[in-house]
Amino acid sequence: MTWTDIGHIDEIPLRGARKVKTIGGCVAVFRTAEAEVFATGGSCPHKGGPLADGIVHDRKVTCPLHNWVIDLTSGAVLGADDGQVPTYPVRVEEDGRLLIDLGELRLRRSA
Amino acid sequence: MSRHLVIVGGGMAAGRLIDHVLAEGGWTVTLFNAEPRGTYNRIMLSPVLSGDKTYEDIVTHDDDFYRQAGVTCRFGERVTAIDRAAKTVTGEDGVPVAYDKLVLATGSDPFMIPLPGHDLDGVIAYRDLEDTRRMMGLGEGSRAVVIGGGLLGLEAAAGMHARGVDVTVVHLMGHLMERQLDEAAGYLLRRELVSRGIKVLCSSNSKEIVGRDGRVAALRLEDGTELPCDLLVMAVGIRPSVALARAAGLAVGRGIHVDDQMVTSDPDVLAVGECVEHDGQLFGLVAPLYDQAKVAAETLAGRDAAFANRETATKLKVTGCDLFSAGDFAEGEDREDIVFRDPARGVYKRLVLQGERLIGAVMYGDTADGSWFHGLIKDGTDVSEMRETLIFGPAFQGGEPLDPMAAVAALPADAEICGCNGVCKGQITEAILGGAQDLGAVRTVTKASSSCGTCTGLVEQLLSVTLGDEYEAPAAQPVCGCTDLTHEDVRRLIKAQELQSQQAVWQELGWTTPNGCHVCRPAVNYYLLADWPVEYQDDPQSRFVNERKHANIQKDGTFSVVPRMWGGVTTAAELRAIADAADKYNVPTVKVTGGQRIDLLGVRGEDLPAMWADLGRAGLVSGHAYAKGLRTVKTCVGTDHCRFGTQDSTGLGIKLEKRLWGSWTPHKVKMAVSGCPRNCAEATCKDLGIVCVDSGYEIGVGGAAGMDLKEIQPLVKVATEAEAMDHVVAFVQLYRENAKYLDRPYKWIAKVGMDWVRERVGDPQERARLIAAFDLSQSIYQKDPWAERTEDEEARQFGPLADLTLEAAE
Ligand code: SRM
Ligand SMILES: Cc1cc2nc3c(=O)[nH]c(=O)nc-3n(C[C@H](O)[C@H](O)[C@H](O)COP(=O)(O)OP(=O)(O)OC[C@H]3O[C@@H](n4cnc5c(N)ncnc54)[C@H](O)[C@@H]3O)c2cc1C
Ligand code: SF4
Ligand code: FES
Repeated sequence: MTWTDIGHIDEIPLRGARKVKTIGGCVAVFRTAEAEVFATGGSCPHKGGPLADGIVHDRKVTCPLHNWVIDLTSGAVLGADDGQVPTYPVRVEEDGRLLIDLGELRLRRSA
Repeated sequence: MSRHLVIVGGGMAAGRLIDHVLAEGGWTVTLFNAEPRGTYNRIMLSPVLSGDKTYEDIVTHDDDFYRQAGVTCRFGERVTAIDRAAKTVTGEDGVPVAYDKLVLATGSDPFMIPLPGHDLDGVIAYRDLEDTRRMMGLGEGSRAVVIGGGLLGLEAAAGMHARGVDVTVVHLMGHLMERQLDEAAGYLLRRELVSRGIKVLCSSNSKEIVGRDGRVAALRLEDGTELPCDLLVMAVGIRPSVALARAAGLAVGRGIHVDDQMVTSDPDVLAVGECVEHDGQLFGLVAPLYDQAKVAAETLAGRDAAFANRETATKLKVTGCDLFSAGDFAEGEDREDIVFRDPARGVYKRLVLQGERLIGAVMYGDTADGSWFHGLIKDGTDVSEMRETLIFGPAFQGGEPLDPMAAVAALPADAEICGCNGVCKGQITEAILGGAQDLGAVRTVTKASSSCGTCTGLVEQLLSVTLGDEYEAPAAQPVCGCTDLTHEDVRRLIKAQELQSQQAVWQELGWTTPNGCHVCRPAVNYYLLADWPVEYQDDPQSRFVNERKHANIQKDGTFSVVPRMWGGVTTAAELRAIADAADKYNVPTVKVTGGQRIDLLGVRGEDLPAMWADLGRAGLVSGHAYAKGLRTVKTCVGTDHCRFGTQDSTGLGIKLEKRLWGSWTPHKVKMAVSGCPRNCAEATCKDLGIVCVDSGYEIGVGGAAGMDLKEIQPLVKVATEAEAMDHVVAFVQLYRENAKYLDRPYKWIAKVGMDWVRERVGDPQERARLIAAFDLSQSIYQKDPWAERTEDEEARQFGPLADLTLEAAE
């Protein structure tokens, strides 16, 4: 695993999200609780809505364009709709720094 | 010949280790302890502080005990050096003491935030008997501030409060005990402490400790608030005490590294307690330390044993605050929550499931099943069989469904149900018991729900609560899947129960999800800010992206920017600024809107703050083209230029827009003022439209030209501009206070009736109240959101958190 520092947890509002630009596209990082974060691909599987702009509730996000609801733990679209976004391991250090493991997204750059 | 064991630190872990070592025999023991006493039960300092116990009650190993057991006690003496090559330790007397085996049990040091003034007299931590005695020494009526709303800070606060001290807790995070509790339980805990008289400030950052003559005098917060105090307790965390081990060259990370046998990087040196780091883990609760002591004793005896960390549960030792938390709430895959709330009893329970197993539990108010859940977590029991009823605990047999009526049943008799007619719950229940068996009868007897009708749902629930099965309520549409209550119920209950935070709404009204969803959150956020403009803090995370970013999101994720053009009037300078911004930020489309202003479409999210700053310099502010709030006031040219104009329609439109902009409303609000009945501003199809005539102003409301086409209905005709303004403001405030979120005025008027609206706005007293309430709200919310977001801090939120494409390019 390659952990990359992307910032401090306080830079993401509680129940909010920020995006991280990578060579393989945008990743959305969500803060669902005081010290709980998730990371998924940045675009909605429906029509590419920016997930980091959605409303974050429980461990889910609602896409701002047409209200698809995505489960942040699995990246699966919930309810009647069907779809999937990739998820990435992300963790909060003791001092609040956020580390992400972008896996293949990083590999893509050498490809 | 017995070998020599030296132990550094005489705290809880060391005490337990010595018990095992003495039972085994074969060692001569020397114990150094920096505290001038033997071993006591540190976790019981809180009951000593509150007066429930004395120090004598909590001593586990005093000097006598150790002396009789043959342990050489060096109390009040700190070990200053270890020479691992010579196998000696040196205490403050400077004479080396030889060891065969050495155990470090130095515990932790409380962390002191290095604020200016942290070294003043009267600034203490909460760790040992000395600290406890300082707090106990405060007289009744003196003042204390505790920094830190975690376990220790709250026990310190409650203990001092029990002694008559005036206590304020300052906590950096949004809710108390955020490491152990989720927001809902944190809310209940805070409510309990506040009701006792302890002041609690969350999301508060300390800036400086103010001293007088070398003693603490006050704590100053980031926002300038000063909290005067005689004692300041910092309880913000602990750090393993590793200085001695580090100086001796042992492997140290955040704590002293130990293996499963509790042996450090030196085979003759062991370590136990809060000073160690095992497998990346630090420790802060006593249960695993006792396991470590046992393993270390086995290792010393030459037997094989291995330490494995186990789940620990937390309880707060404050009488009357029943909370329990165990297991893991950190991130992970495939988790599910089960939430149960009983607002009437102030109970909240949440279970976190992963697959078939329970991995975490938080409880407040009723913690009786805590140890049962803790057992399920520790044992990793497969709970799939009992999943449906798990949350009801081990005693549960057969189905007892959640009670959606609980919120209404819990209201006190004097809670106001019908705001229009001032009818409280007691009067309604009395009427029902007196024979009023349906809504119509209750209306006739009490007048409740006979005016605007927004309390109808509540009256029906009272009928149902009072009459039980005899009453069959007509089905009403709940807000969303998170609650059984309707919008009208939620609005009324927020007022009746004085709910002033989202946490309060979720808990007191029995929400079934931890923090709502994209449907209810924006509605609840609006209701709270409309009803409690002063008390409630607007929550951007509960708003749709347009209102959070103050621009309309486009289908490709870019945004549109629409500056305000008061009453549709602009100047050459404004147009030039708009043109410059369009050039500078490569705006692909510049369009004149149907609302008499200019739309810059296709702006990148990152560019918004800079573009606003540029527009702001030319005096342009947000047009709120994205908001559930005042949009535009369209005007025609009026008396200034038009040969038919009867009044200054342009001027009135501008005045209205200046008075009303920035106010949040249940849905968007559009207005227009036409100078004569030819109606060039299309006032007759607006939410509020004014048509000027020779004798004054005809005001109509409830028009629309979107998905429905509606003509305005007359509200009132007035003679002067000032009266016109008053009526408009009063109408908007009435709409703000009563309508369901996302009902345009015409939909709301259809529910409450035009007569009721006319009556309310027409009543001079009520009109004055509405205007005052609106102005109060405007004093807080009438701020240009664009200007507020051009500062560095706020502006950064519009850009990416990190840009790793740059790193890749290197
Ligand atoms: C820009 C504009 C069209 C134009 O180029 O003229 C416009 C653009 C949008 N309108 Fe509109 N409306 C615009 C004037 C109107 C008008 C005409 C008017 O205000 O005089 C109407 C009919 C009058 C009325 O509201 O009753 C109108 C009725 C709607 C509706 C239907 C509302 C309804 O209750 O039926 C929606 C949908 C909604 O709000 O839920 C809507 C929603 C929208 C949204 C916000 C769609 C969306 O959610 O993304 C469009 C945003 C485009 C963007 O990115 O900027 N727009 N929209 C007009 C902006 C006016 C302004 O300066 O603020
Ligand atoms: C007020 C309070 C309430 C608590 N409540 C709970 C609770 O409810 N549940 C729970 O599980 N835990 C609780 N804890 C935590 C618990 O008390 C600790 O986990 C436990 O005491 C740690 O034991 P220890 O032996 O590692 O360290 P300690 O008990 O701190 O002992 C370390 C000792 O080593 C001494 N020392 C340090 N360096 C040297 C040196 N160089 N030379 C000589 N001596 C040295 C120190 O003076 C200290 O006496 C509470 C703690 C406090 C302060
Ligand atoms: S009419 Fe429809 S397409 Fe045109 S701006 Fe309004 S909402 Fe968008
Ligand atoms: S693009 Fe996300 S819901 Fe349509």
